[in-house]
Amino acid sequence: MILDSKIPPGPIERKWTDYRFDMKLINPANKRKHKVIVVGTGLAGASASATLAELGYNVHAFTFHDSPRRAHSIAAQGGINAAKNYPNDGDSVHRLFYDTVKGGDFRAREANVHRLAEISTQIIDQCVAQGVPFAREYGGLLDNRSFGGAQVSRTFYARGQTGQQLLLGAYQALMRQVGLGQLKLHARQEMLDVVVVDGQARGIITRNLVTGALERHEADAVILATGGYGRVFYLSTNAAGSNVTATWRAHKRGALFANPCYTQIHPTCIPVSGDHQSKLTLMSESLRNDGRVWVPKKAGDVRSPDQIPESDRWYFLEEKYPSFGNLVPRDVASRNAKQACDQGLGVGETRLAVYLDFSDAIKRLGESKISEKYGNLFHMYAKITDENPYRVPMRIYPAVHYTMGGLWVDYNLMSSLPGLHVLGEANFSDHGANRLGASALMQGLADGYFVIPYTLGNYLASNKISKVTTDHAAFADAERSVKDRLDKLLAVRGGKPAVEFHKQLGKVMWDYCGMARNEAGLKHALQEIPKIRESFWREVSVTGHGQDFNQALEEAGRIADFLEFGELLVLDAFTRRESCGGHFREESQTPDNEALRDDENYCHVAAWEYKGVGETSALHKEPLTFENVHLTQRSYK
Amino acid sequence: MSGKLNFKLRLWRQKDKVSEGKFQEVEAKNISPDMSFLEMLDEVNNDLMRKGEEPVAFESDCREGICGTCSLVVNGLPHGPEKGTTVCQLFMRKFRDGQTISVEPWRAAAFPVIKDLVTDRDAFDQIIAAGGFVSVNTGGAQDANALPVRKCDADTAMDAAACIGCGACVAACPNASAMLFTAAKISHLGHLPQGQPERERRALRMVAKMDELGFGNCSNHYECEAACPKEISVEHIARMNRDYGLSALLGTERERGNTGAG
Repeated sequence: MILDSKIPPGPIERKWTDYRFDMKLINPANKRKHKVIVVGTGLAGASASATLAELGYNVHAFTFHDSPRRAHSIAAQGGINAAKNYPNDGDSVHRLFYDTVKGGDFRAREANVHRLAEISTQIIDQCVAQGVPFAREYGGLLDNRSFGGAQVSRTFYARGQTGQQLLLGAYQALMRQVGLGQLKLHARQEMLDVVVVDGQARGIITRNLVTGALERHEADAVILATGGYGRVFYLSTNAAGSNVTATWRAHKRGALFANPCYTQIHPTCIPVSGDHQSKLTLMSESLRNDGRVWVPKKAGDVRSPDQIPESDRWYFLEEKYPSFGNLVPRDVASRNAKQACDQGLGVGETRLAVYLDFSDAIKRLGESKISEKYGNLFHMYAKITDENPYRVPMRIYPAVHYTMGGLWVDYNLMSSLPGLHVLGEANFSDHGANRLGASALMQGLADGYFVIPYTLGNYLASNKISKVTTDHAAFADAERSVKDRLDKLLAVRGGKPAVEFHKQLGKVMWDYCGMARNEAGLKHALQEIPKIRESFWREVSVTGHGQDFNQALEEAGRIADFLEFGELLVLDAFTRRESCGGHFREESQTPDNEALRDDENYCHVAAWEYKGVGETSALHKEPLTFENVHLTQRSYK
Repeated sequence: MSGKLNFKLRLWRQKDKVSEGKFQEVEAKNISPDMSFLEMLDEVNNDLMRKGEEPVAFESDCREGICGTCSLVVNGLPHGPEKGTTVCQLFMRKFRDGQTISVEPWRAAAFPVIKDLVTDRDAFDQIIAAGGFVSVNTGGAQDANALPVRKCDADTAMDAAACIGCGACVAACPNASAMLFTAAKISHLGHLPQGQPERERRALRMVAKMDELGFGNCSNHYECEAACPKEISVEHIARMNRDYGLSALLGTERERGNTGAG
């Protein structure tokens, strides 16, 4: 299989502009004849659904939540990047492009990233026009703050609730189209299969989560915007419902899965406190604008932090990376926190935490200014830990947060399965091996508002799409395979809730394929995961029946998919014998423990083809070329 | 941390929308004080499943107080006893060992029960679809800084926009009114210049939809503000009433005028 990324010709700053002219258009009156399915209503899905409906397409939007507004984009805290250069501090489209390629450790496509940087400015304009209440200065203009991996302030924010406000903007645009009758919303519907007719994605099978009924939906094209797979680690900052099911089922129908081993471990999360925890909570990276990260210099120093004088503290990020200080990229900050704890310098009861200290900033700016900037985060921290972060330093530790890997897509955001398009975190395209802070919101909205509305029209206008109804045999086959799997889950009648297997899987993933990975550990994980999967299918307890609102059945289905997908993630990590960004192979590091890439052998996208459960997937490589940014060892010193 | 806790739970069980519901008594044993209320329910459900019994249905997603999915009435209070807190952020250290805790769904005619503790809040989406937006299509927006907004207005808009759409305001109100939810959106958009062109029409349409869906009226009990996990102020209701009054007087005329041309 040849992976054609379909990157347009020409100089990088002209590619998207010229390509938009070259793409075919659909006349306004004909757009309504095209039915488009969008699965997922987060930033990418809601913005795509609203925009396509505005253009006149017949859009059907699906969400497994009760309302489109619940998607996990809502929980993004810190902000959204854009190359506006309002602070006049040297930003530009080219600098955002450069920072993102470098931040991703040279494992993203240049052309995609440049397009993202170009579009970034339009996103802010669009969101402000919708009434998104971004933070402002007294002069009435928009405020900016800094995020990791950049030396300019280009992050727009709405207190610590930027994702919420951007999602509500997109959700309101979507609901407006519902009110206008341009868009049909299908809430509480979980996509369980993609239907392929004559080699094209032509529909989906969903389960109505209230009645349990399976439904067939046909369309001219299918768009997946179903988020990331971070919960394969069980504990993560993702929502309880976040899952890999939609992308995994599409993968089984022929869409290649790219770079699954690129997972982001976020440095500033509230540490694990016990085995009862269902999730971990992020403390926004924006806190590193004002918080200083430190540990005691001596191992086993159990004094309370206010009793440890300056001379006995090690501000390890500021010391090792003087140029970027506390604002190094996430992969670097996480690895350094882990190394400090591995050296016995960790703090708190578990010794698996470092301090994030605001006392200097509170002295400098006053408590009320800090509260205005981060009030909701401090409030959340206090609730969870029962400690007051205005008085004592926060304790933080890295946790799984975001997944850069996803379904492989070309420049048009179309997967290797014709007609199936993939947006936002669900695709792999823009962040390489490490995503910079405040870039996920940017990518989700770029894909939905400004890329897919063009490229989807081009796909529909350039391809023959024959009439298909849900009576087609492919729909019956797909529905039967979905039903068989649900019946199989219900038939086990074992004694263990599905979550027990999820926790086992998560432990293997975190211990052997987490912040640091090595050959022996990955081999071990490849042996363990199939064993957990087999015991799941022997012992899982799924109560109730299929024709009902049945959360045990929903959850078991998602965990069953994680038990298959986890193996692919580890296989990808095993195969990529270099370190890059969030993928740290212990065998491949510089003398001062930084990630050491192997550009000779691994400067490519690894795209995997499904071959069956327990069978080894086939690897396809898309070479990456760098014509505008030089491949160098990343440095933030 | 301190020792484990035990509780007697009274959980509302209801098969579906049409069936009658009743309380089921269940023991919650060996609960860590650091567990959230929902993690405690997870444990109870796991025990039920190990015995082959059906777990109690309840909804949650982000578990960090922002998605608005979780929706439990705990000892008669939406989201439980702690002020400014969703039930997913309520921790068991706030309860006494041995305490009896009743857990019920939102109770409102416009939020029918789907199963056990899960309700259908589709009505909120319908209120937004009626007018809770700025009518601007993607593309063609002017530069974001072309229109300055006073900081105090942007801040007040953000205060209102912080609503998570959970429905606790409705559940707390003796009349099951959706005034605070609706007002929060009207006030968010009404405080910004982008929201001005549709201001009257928005109030008129959203309020009409709210009434149509069977939500009650406001009789100034302010239970909504007390229950709101984001502590959204009832002052926004006063603003909504102003916009609504204005549109009832003038807005319908203007709206008729607007649709005439073109």
